[in-house]
Amino acid sequence: MEHRTAWRGFTGSGWRETIDVGAFIHDNIEPYTGGQEFLAGPTPRTERLWRHLTRMFPEEQRRGIYDVDTHTPSTITSHAPGYIDRDHELIVGLQTSAPLRRAIMPAGGLRMVHAGLSAYGYSLDPTVRTIFSQYRKTHNDGVFDAYPADVKAARRSHIITGLPDAYGRGRIIGDYRRVALYGVDRLIEERVERKSALDARLSAEDVIRDREELAEQIRALEDLRQMADGYGYDISGPATTGREAIQWLYFAYLAATKEQNGAAMSLGRTSSFVDVYLQRDMAEGKLTEQGAQELIDDFVIKLRIIRFLRTPEYDQLFSGDPTWVTESIGGIGADGRPLVTRSSFRYLQTLYNLGPAPEPNLTVLWSPTLPEGFKRFCAQVSLDTSAIQYENDDLIRPAYSDDTAIACCVSAMRVGKDMQFFGARANLAKALLYAINGGRDELTGEQVVPASAPLAEDTLDYDEVLAAFDHTLDWLAETYVDALNVIHYMHDKYAYERLEMALHDYPVHRFLATGIAGLSVAADSLSAIRYAQVKALRDETGLIIDYAVDGDFPTYGNNDDRADAIAVDLVERFMDKIRRQPAYRGAEPSLSVLTITSNVVYGRNTGNTPDGRRSGEPFAPGANPMNGRDRHGLVAAALSVAKLPYRCARDGISLTATVTPDGLGHTREERIGNLAGVLDGYTDAGGFHLNVNVLDRTTLEDAMAHPENYPQLTVRVSGYAVNFVKLTTEQQRDVISRTFHGSL
Amino acid sequence: MTTPTATRALTGSVHSFDISTGVDGPGTRFVAFLAGCPLRCLYCHSPDTWYRRSGKPTTVDDLITEIRRYERFLKVAGGGVTISGGEPLQQPAFTREVLRRCKEMRLHTALDTSGFLGDRADDALLDAVDLALLDIKSGDPGTYRKVTRTGRLAPTVRFAHRLAERGIPIWVRFVLVPGLTDDPANVDEVAAIAAAVPTVERVEVLPFHRLGAAKYAALGLPFPLADTSPPGEHLLDRVRGQFRDHGLTVC
Repeated sequence: MEHRTAWRGFTGSGWRETIDVGAFIHDNIEPYTGGQEFLAGPTPRTERLWRHLTRMFPEEQRRGIYDVDTHTPSTITSHAPGYIDRDHELIVGLQTSAPLRRAIMPAGGLRMVHAGLSAYGYSLDPTVRTIFSQYRKTHNDGVFDAYPADVKAARRSHIITGLPDAYGRGRIIGDYRRVALYGVDRLIEERVERKSALDARLSAEDVIRDREELAEQIRALEDLRQMADGYGYDISGPATTGREAIQWLYFAYLAATKEQNGAAMSLGRTSSFVDVYLQRDMAEGKLTEQGAQELIDDFVIKLRIIRFLRTPEYDQLFSGDPTWVTESIGGIGADGRPLVTRSSFRYLQTLYNLGPAPEPNLTVLWSPTLPEGFKRFCAQVSLDTSAIQYENDDLIRPAYSDDTAIACCVSAMRVGKDMQFFGARANLAKALLYAINGGRDELTGEQVVPASAPLAEDTLDYDEVLAAFDHTLDWLAETYVDALNVIHYMHDKYAYERLEMALHDYPVHRFLATGIAGLSVAADSLSAIRYAQVKALRDETGLIIDYAVDGDFPTYGNNDDRADAIAVDLVERFMDKIRRQPAYRGAEPSLSVLTITSNVVYGRNTGNTPDGRRSGEPFAPGANPMNGRDRHGLVAAALSVAKLPYRCARDGISLTATVTPDGLGHTREERIGNLAGVLDGYTDAGGFHLNVNVLDRTTLEDAMAHPENYPQLTVRVSGYAVNFVKLTTEQQRDVISRTFHGSL
Repeated sequence: MTTPTATRALTGSVHSFDISTGVDGPGTRFVAFLAGCPLRCLYCHSPDTWYRRSGKPTTVDDLITEIRRYERFLKVAGGGVTISGGEPLQQPAFTREVLRRCKEMRLHTALDTSGFLGDRADDALLDAVDLALLDIKSGDPGTYRKVTRTGRLAPTVRFAHRLAERGIPIWVRFVLVPGLTDDPANVDEVAAIAAAVPTVERVEVLPFHRLGAAKYAALGLPFPLADTSPPGEHLLDRVRGQFRDHGLTVC
C-alpha cells in the first residue's frame, strides 16, 4: 500500500509491506550528533496552558484527587471529548471530559474502585456497582476464586506482595507509533488477515482464545478511530505532518489509558520516530524549531496529566501517584549509528520549558558511544532537574533489539513484539528467616512454608542455613509463579488490554516478569553467617526472633567479591528456580531486582535479620547496598551492583544514587563531564540502571520544612521519579538518609 | 619495566580509600588516604589520620590490587589515582612505589600534600606525579604556624618551585576559615606565592566545614574550631576575587 501524501519523502520499502516501525526509523532517521544550542524555549502559549493546569495542582494535592466521574466505567469511547483550553491546544485529548477528572475502571477490580472513591469522599454509582457485582465479574474476583491456599498464606504474610491481583497489571507498551505511520484502517486490515488465517486451524482452546482476542483488538481499533473522530480527527489513514504524527500517536496512547489503569502505562520509544516527521516539516519550510518544540511541549503536558483512580494505600506504597509514562530516549542502532535525534533533545528540553516533573518518566538508553553532545546534555539535565534515569543500551540492544523500550522502571521489551505479565516481587530476606525458622513467620509464628526442621544449633552454620534457604526458595518460586499464572489467566479473561495488544505483533512474545526484594539484606545476612559468628536468639516458643553477631563481615556494595558473590549467587539461584516453573501461555520467565519504593513496606513486614538490620527497618531500594554499609563511595557500590548478572535478571536491576553537586566537581562544566564519565564507567562495567539525583541534603531538608516553596522538586527513587513534597514524612526521611553520597 | 620484589612487599600505613569524583583531582579517582601527618591543622577534618598507627599495614601490592579493581572504571570514566592522607610524604618510599605502579598501569596520578615534607620526595617520586594538589595553608608565616601548630611555610614554597621546575602542574588548595585564614593580607600572600609558580593551573578555595567534628568526639579530642562557622558566600567571593586579582584561575 502506498500513501503518496503521508509518506512523501520517506525512504525504504520493508516497512511499507509489513508493519515494522523499527525498520521505518532505520530507513529515515537523521541522527544528530551536535549539542543543545539549537533548542527553543517555551512559547507564551505553552506557558499559559501549563500555568492553567499548575493552578489546579495544589487543589488536587490537597484533596487527593481533583475530580472523578463516578458513573461511567471508562472505555475508549465512554467520555465526550475533553479539553484544557480548546482554542489553544495543539495536541488534544483527555482521559475524561475534563482535565484531572479521573475515571473508574471496574473491570480490574470493583473493590479498588470502591476504596479509591470512598477514600476521597465519593461513592460509586449504584448501577455501576450492581453491574460489576451481579452481572459482570472482575479480574479481582476471578483471581480470588482460583488462588490456592499456599498463595493466600504467602500474600498474607507479605513474603510476596504488590501482586497485580486487584487492579490493572500494566507494563504493556502498545506500539502507539503504528497508528501514526499506518493509520487505523491498515492496522485493522492486518488484524483481520491474522484472524482469518486462524480459521484454517481447529478450534482448540488456544485457537479459540486467540480468535476472540483478535476480534477484541479489531473492535478496539474501531473504537480508537471513533474516539479520534469525536475530536474532529480522521485517523483512518496515516499522519501527514509532524503535528498529526504526534496527535495520532497520542490518541493511541490515550485510548490505552482510558481502558486500563495498569500500574505502569509506559509510552515506548517515540522521540526519534516523531523526529522523522518534524524534520520533514522543517525541510519543507512548514515548521520552525520553535514550532517543533511547542508541539512536543504540548504533548508532554498531556502526558503529565495522565491520572488513575487509586487508593491512598496504593499511593503510599508507590510514594505519590505514579503512572510510569516511561519514554525511552537515545541508544545506538544495530548498525552502530546513534538513535539520537534533535527530538531526543527536545523531549529532555521539556524539563526546562515546563519545569521538572516526575512524569513522563524520561529514560535515557546510555552507551559510552553516544554522541558527546547528547551525553553532556543528559548529564546537564540530571544536574539541573534530577528527573531522568539511565539504562544500559549496550546490555539491552544485544539482549532485545535496537527498537526496545523500557516499561515502568527497568523492564525492557521490544516495542510491539514483546509484552510481559507483571509480577511484583518476592521478599528474599524474609525467605531466609523462614528457612532459619523451619517455615514459620518470624513475626507471627504462623507456619507459612510447609514445616521443615528448624536449625538446631544456636550458632548458625553457613552450609546448613544455605541448604535450608535453598529449599525455602524452591517453595517460594513455585508458590510465586503459581500466583502469577492465576493472576494473568484472569487478567486476560476479565481485563484484557485489547488496544495495547492490537498494537503488538501477532503472535506476541510474552515474559513472565518476577522480581525480588531484600537482596542486599539477604546477602549481608548470609555473609554475616559465613564470615562472622551469628547466634540465634529465641523466644519462649522456640521461634528465632533475633541474632547476635560477633565479628566483622564483608558487606555487599563495597566491590568486595566475598559479599558480592553471595548476592550474585542469590540472583542466579532464584532465577534458576523460576525457570523451572511452568508459566502461563508459555511465557519466558524473567527477574528484576527492583523494589520501586516498596522497600519501605517490605522492611516494615520483615523481622530482625542476621546482618544486624532491626525489625521493621526499610530495605535498601532495588539492588542498592544497605544504607550506610557501602563505605567506599558510590562507584564501589555501583561496581558491586554491576556484578549482578543481567542474563539472570533480564527484567532489570535498579540502582538509585543521590550525590551533592560538590560531589561531582567544582564547576558546572566539570560536573557535567564527570557525571557523563561516571555513566560511561558504570555502563562499561555492565551496570544496568542508574537513577541519579544531584541534590543538596539541605535542599531536601528545606523542602520538608517548606513544601510550598518546592512544588516541582523531583527526586528519583527507584526506577521512576516522584514529586518530593508528595512523599510521606517517613518516605522523605528514608530518601534523605538512605541515598546520600556526599561525594560520588 | 619490572618492579623489584623488595618494593612490591614494601609496607605502608593506609588509613582507608575512597572512590570520589571531582574532589581530589580531575574526574573520578581512587583516593588512598595514608596514615600519619606531621601537621596538626586546627581545621583538620581527619584527625583519625594523624598517626601512622591509626592506619592498616598495607603492602604496595595490596594497594595496587585494590586499585586494579577500579582501573578500567577510572580509565573509562576519566580520572585516576590520588595519594592523599594524612601526609603521603611522611611515607615517601611507599608513596613513590605506588605512584610508579600506577604510572605503569597508565593511570593519571595526583599527589595531595601540604608540601611541608616536600624535601623527602625524591626525583623518582616526582617523575611519577602527573598533578600535585598542594595545600598552602597560609601565606603569612606566623599564620601558617598558628593554623598548622607544628609546621613552617618555607618548605611548602620551596616544594612548589621544585614542582614547577620539573614541569608538574599544580592545583593549589586553600582552606578558608573565618577568623583564622581569612585576613586579606594572609590571602594576598598565598595568592602571591601561587602566582609566582608558573605551573599553578588553578586555585581551589575550600570553605571550612565542621563535618569532622564527630571524628574528634570519637577520638576523645577537643575540636579546636567547634564554634567557628563556615564562611559565607560574601567572604568566599572576596577571597576568590583576591586570587583572581593575581591572575589565577579560581574554582
